[in-house]
Amino acid sequence: MTTGTTMAHGGALAFEPGYAGPAEALRDLRPAGDAVDFELEHHADTASIAQLGFWIYLMSDCLLFAGLFATYSVLHARTAGGPQPQSLFDLRYVLAETGFLLVSSFTCGLATLAMGRRSRGATLGWLAVTFVLGLAFLGMEVHEFAHMIADGAGPGRSAFLSSFFTLVATHGLHVTCGLTWMAIMMVLVVKKGFTPSTESRLSCLSLFWHFLDIIWVGVFSLVYLFGVS
Amino acid sequence: MSAANEAVVSQAPHGAVHRAAHGGGHAAAHGSRKSYVIGFLLAIALTVVPFGLVMTHSSIGTPLLIAVFALAQIGVHAVYFLHVDRSEAQRWNLTALVFTAIVVCIILGGSIWIMHNLYVNMMPGMMQGSIG
Repeated sequence: MTTGTTMAHGGALAFEPGYAGPAEALRDLRPAGDAVDFELEHHADTASIAQLGFWIYLMSDCLLFAGLFATYSVLHARTAGGPQPQSLFDLRYVLAETGFLLVSSFTCGLATLAMGRRSRGATLGWLAVTFVLGLAFLGMEVHEFAHMIADGAGPGRSAFLSSFFTLVATHGLHVTCGLTWMAIMMVLVVKKGFTPSTESRLSCLSLFWHFLDIIWVGVFSLVYLFGVS
Repeated sequence: MSAANEAVVSQAPHGAVHRAAHGGGHAAAHGSRKSYVIGFLLAIALTVVPFGLVMTHSSIGTPLLIAVFALAQIGVHAVYFLHVDRSEAQRWNLTALVFTAIVVCIILGGSIWIMHNLYVNMMPGMMQGSIG
């Protein structure tokens, strides 16, 4: 963002006293005066403030997950005579889930790179791939939950399972929100193309998606790997 | 900014100035294809190794290794996917991140510590003893 702001400012700086010479000659070449500069500066500032604001939201979301991780850490051994993590979790299944989410994080990054190149087709393509992979992850998670509940290992069975379902389902709910947002953004990019507004929102979406992958690293390490090891 | 750069920006039509201003910001904010590929490969390695350790039942300090791999992978994601760095533009993001990390450590460590103490000092056996 710094580069952009500096460029937008450049014109104004050049007119300061003591910076005569080339600046005077350049004045006539400038396209439309300070109004354009102000507009650019305004967009750049709004975009970076939006990014920072969204980042602060992500950090507070991180604290929400910290609370759920803490709850799970405290309760994971309280199985109340019910099923244990070792008998419930299939690591190969979880590895496939993890793979889907990790690849989707990568393709989401490729979508933002395509946006940087102003390639609408590539952006939409990578967003669609990300969406499908995210949907596959969510489908696997819902299938796992349904399977567990059918086997009598639902959230009401023990404190361990209550905290497990709360933690993993909260992550799943975030993924669902992310997918909805992604679908809306794809429609917006088709309809409006790249405006400062859609770009800023796509950047926030990309941050959100990468953030969810980071939370998943915590989930598979603490819940599944610790649970089975 | 040099006079030459100034001239380039000034002569460009509106759309191009717009793009230059935004493109510059995005290049900084979104990283490069290379950084995504590096991050992706590192993340795969840091995922597959701990899964492999647990699935093959090798029991050499596994819980500690899982934690080390998880923290390393979170770091890789933050640097290569979220583009957290120490640049001027990222200063407040980094500040918020460090603060959050401290609070997360307090919540997690504190909860586990307190509840462990509670468990040790109020064993189910003692509870039954006092009731019975």
